[in-house]
Amino acid sequence: MPLINLIIRNLFRHKLRTILTVLGIAIAILAFGLIRTVIAMWYSGIEASSPNRLITRNAISLIFPLPIAYRSAITAVPGVSEVSYAQWFGGIYIDEKHSQFPQIAVDGSTWFKVLPENRISDSQLAAFLRERNAAIVGVQLARRFGWKVGDVIRMRSMIYSGDWDFAIRGIYTGAKKTTDETIFFFRWEYLEEKVRQLEPWRAGHVGWYVVKITDPDRAAAVGQAIDARFKNSLAETRTETEQSFMQGFISMSDAILIALRIISIVIIGVILMVLSNTMAMTARERLSEYAVLKTLGFRTRHLIGLIAGESLLIAMAGGLIGISLIGPTVLGFGTVMARTVGAIFPIIGVSLATRTLSLLMALSVGLAAAIFPAWRTVTIEIAKGLRRIG
Amino acid sequence: MSDALIEIKDVSKSYRRDHLEIPVLRDISLSVSEGEYLALMGPSGSGKTTLLNLIAGIDRPDRGTIRIAGVEIGLMGESELARWRSRHVGFIFQLYNLIPVLTALENVELPLMLTSLSQKERREHAELALRVVGLSDRMGHYPRQLSGGQEQRVAIARAIVTDPTILVADEPTGDLDKVSAEEILDLLGQLNTDFAKTIVMVTHDPRAAERARLVRQLDKGTLI
Repeated sequence: MPLINLIIRNLFRHKLRTILTVLGIAIAILAFGLIRTVIAMWYSGIEASSPNRLITRNAISLIFPLPIAYRSAITAVPGVSEVSYAQWFGGIYIDEKHSQFPQIAVDGSTWFKVLPENRISDSQLAAFLRERNAAIVGVQLARRFGWKVGDVIRMRSMIYSGDWDFAIRGIYTGAKKTTDETIFFFRWEYLEEKVRQLEPWRAGHVGWYVVKITDPDRAAAVGQAIDARFKNSLAETRTETEQSFMQGFISMSDAILIALRIISIVIIGVILMVLSNTMAMTARERLSEYAVLKTLGFRTRHLIGLIAGESLLIAMAGGLIGISLIGPTVLGFGTVMARTVGAIFPIIGVSLATRTLSLLMALSVGLAAAIFPAWRTVTIEIAKGLRRIG
Repeated sequence: MSDALIEIKDVSKSYRRDHLEIPVLRDISLSVSEGEYLALMGPSGSGKTTLLNLIAGIDRPDRGTIRIAGVEIGLMGESELARWRSRHVGFIFQLYNLIPVLTALENVELPLMLTSLSQKERREHAELALRVVGLSDRMGHYPRQLSGGQEQRVAIARAIVTDPTILVADEPTGDLDKVSAEEILDLLGQLNTDFAKTIVMVTHDPRAAERARLVRQLDKGTLI
């Protein structure tokens, strides 16, 4: 009868207590994993960024546009292999509640070359380029609204006036897990055409340029060369790597992310208290038994093994249940978010790092919760422990 | 050097309660020969259990020396003392103190976990010990499925399974009915006579003390 048998049988002495503690840990680990996943989703844009792309935008702010004429000047900078451009549309589809997905007017001829992680078939790309009001949508977005190729949808815009009809001519998929599959791309030419008709003073501008470079090691030098071209112009530029550009977005949400991180640590603290309480109660109830074991000659390491083993098993069981629930919960969370506030988090998935961190947290809690009861058990005199009988 | 198995010399022990120091044993000296059956009697608070604990190496004297089979146990460190207890002392408690989640056989096997015996050998030794105490038909029973007398038999089997140098029993019949108490006393007597086990028993019960070959009285921490 190895000691592990005694540990397992001890686990089931107070079934209800053990089950409730395991469930408590499972829920806490689930909450911890969910928060870490949300944080990871926030950063997924950075992971998806490419080292051989630069973003050139207006030096004052992203909300100020850049002249379309800059394109040829940027293309001429040594080290630049391709230049594409894009513009926010700020579209409203059905109502604002349904509109939380990005709509971007892009240069159809270059966009999918510069961003090849958005995979589209040649025939769909050709159809996109043939028709001025054509659109290509991400597979997740198409799934969300039940769109298919050939559908025509109407939008309004918070930035531009008028109604906008788009014909879906393609559905792209992500080449990587981190690729955003919720974007609505349409042709910049369509935007430009309507702007020229309705608001001509706004024509001839783009939101930002996406610059493909030949050597990622020269990114800083190429960026400086681009910005130098437009120094002292009416629209000075700021060029940075795609990763810095994405980080700039995320830094706007820093306070929320820090709060989420603190909450995740607090959750771990709460489960530590719950398990510590259970283990302390357990050890107190069994103090006389541990004294008997000491009398029989069991040593400190045996007693620590019994208490820490039990605590670790409870923590591991709770941890594994919690981790197994993170995936479905994240999926459900993503669906609910998409239905209510829109696809804020395009990448729905639990990373191995989050699962591993959650398990490590559970095991750390298991070990930490055993410290006080083990210390108490080990240090109490046998005679005092035996007196607690009856 | 004496040939006594247990040799206690000028042992004193006191406990501290709040700021008060309460003397429990005062300059006790006692010798117990190998194969002896000693009953320690005395009123509550006379220091019987404390003396038993000192002999069993689960407590330490403030002053004086305790030698068991020539070894001064007061000089041992905690870990060494634990090892010594596992080899040399079989302890029988008043309330049996079996582990409730283990069967009778597993409870008896418990002290053997600290030996180098294989699982099969441990099982054989435990079965033999349970046969000696007459419980070969209760091996798979849990403590809650046994009577008080049977539980104490299991406790005795656990105490003898390592073939210890001495058996110490603290009120072994204190929680039993008359019939069960007689059976336990018969068993202890048998262990002393047939297996030459040295037994030190603490008891309030004069009928239990009668079974011992030597009876010593303690009063206010002194042997009289």
